[in-house]
Amino acid sequence: MNGALGLYRAGTSPLHRLPATAKLTGLAVAGAGSVLVDTPAQTAAFVASGLALYPLARVPVRVLVDMVRPLAWVLVPLAVFQVVFIGWGRTVVLVGVILALVLVANVVTLTTRTTDLIDVVVALCRPLRFIGVDPLRVGLALNLAIRCVPLMADLAGEVRDAQRARGLELSPRAFVVPLLVRALHRADDLGDALAARGFDD
Amino acid sequence: MLIDISGVSHVYAGREDPALTDVDVRLDEHRIGVIGANGSGKSTFARLLNGLVVPSRGKVRVGEWDTARDGREVRRKVGFCFTDPDSQIVMPTVAEDVAFGLRRRGLPKAESAARVDEVLRAYGLDAHADHAAHRLSGGQKQLLALASVLATEPELLVMDEPTTLLDLRNSRMVAETVAGLPQQVVLVTHHLEMVADFDRVLVFDRTRLVHDGSPEESVKIYRELMA
Repeated sequence: MNGALGLYRAGTSPLHRLPATAKLTGLAVAGAGSVLVDTPAQTAAFVASGLALYPLARVPVRVLVDMVRPLAWVLVPLAVFQVVFIGWGRTVVLVGVILALVLVANVVTLTTRTTDLIDVVVALCRPLRFIGVDPLRVGLALNLAIRCVPLMADLAGEVRDAQRARGLELSPRAFVVPLLVRALHRADDLGDALAARGFDD
Repeated sequence: MLIDISGVSHVYAGREDPALTDVDVRLDEHRIGVIGANGSGKSTFARLLNGLVVPSRGKVRVGEWDTARDGREVRRKVGFCFTDPDSQIVMPTVAEDVAFGLRRRGLPKAESAARVDEVLRAYGLDAHADHAAHRLSGGQKQLLALASVLATEPELLVMDEPTTLLDLRNSRMVAETVAGLPQQVVLVTHHLEMVADFDRVLVFDRTRLVHDGSPEESVKIYRELMA
């Protein structure tokens, strides 16, 4: 789960040592620059640049493969659809650019602690205080969203097992209702835990 | 720290039956156990102590604070550990979760990092500092939840069935850790051996405090109630 989600991996590589602001700026530049990628050759160079970051971050190939594999569920159908409607050339560019951007984004999260990323977001939100936005609250919401991904995956796994045990594999209701009930219970508990840890204002 | 509960009853919003009825007790012992059947009011009692639940009637004072009026001050002094550590762990990695409460209290980054290292070492979690919290074992998760609370140095620690979801080995690990804590502890539990050497044990039954005494007497009365 850790690899698939691209969560932080401890390390001392040059990318780990780079400040979170620099990495997020780099990611933003890559995103903006991606609109200039126009040919399959440029796309190949863009993807290669994204891949080159992984040895620099000293991330094992296994982690990279684990991370890229789930992307196939999105990229392959997208590629098939695009080939039918816009042809090979544009498909390679479109799919390649998405792949390269995901690679760059993942290397940022793999080499940066969540708290450091959130600190940047909190700092960016600070000017919004004048229109009533609480930057710490935005940071906390992001934290919780990241934390809830594995929690929800675990809950979904448990509910699916219970569904199977009762022979209700094909019933969407037998999956959705207990999942929602448990997620709401978990949200209540998390609220209490936040209050208990001083986040009650 | 003196905990003074006077004339407390509580009914949760949207419910008709009380969760707690007419509780009057003063506690200042170092180790206080709370036992009773499911639905007897133990957890509500525990939640009163750090202001997570404000009583519908009566008063709860912890030290010099009234939990209804000074909730924030109370929660700075009273740490709370829940049954399910997954509900309590807020941050993605172990070290970040311990640092979470510290940064909220305005501790400078360097001081917070030093405290995190110290706490993780103390609870044997230092090797997992940068690991994803959700990948720890159940016992390690409960230790992390405990470490995250203790990092903020509460004077009183309230634990609501911290070993209920754990196997024997993990329960023992958590019990040994709790036994060694310097803090005053209020422990709600179904594991009666955990309160065997406590100073005082309260027994709840059907929302009322029905007995308050030594561990031997209290456990005996609890067993009789459950017979």
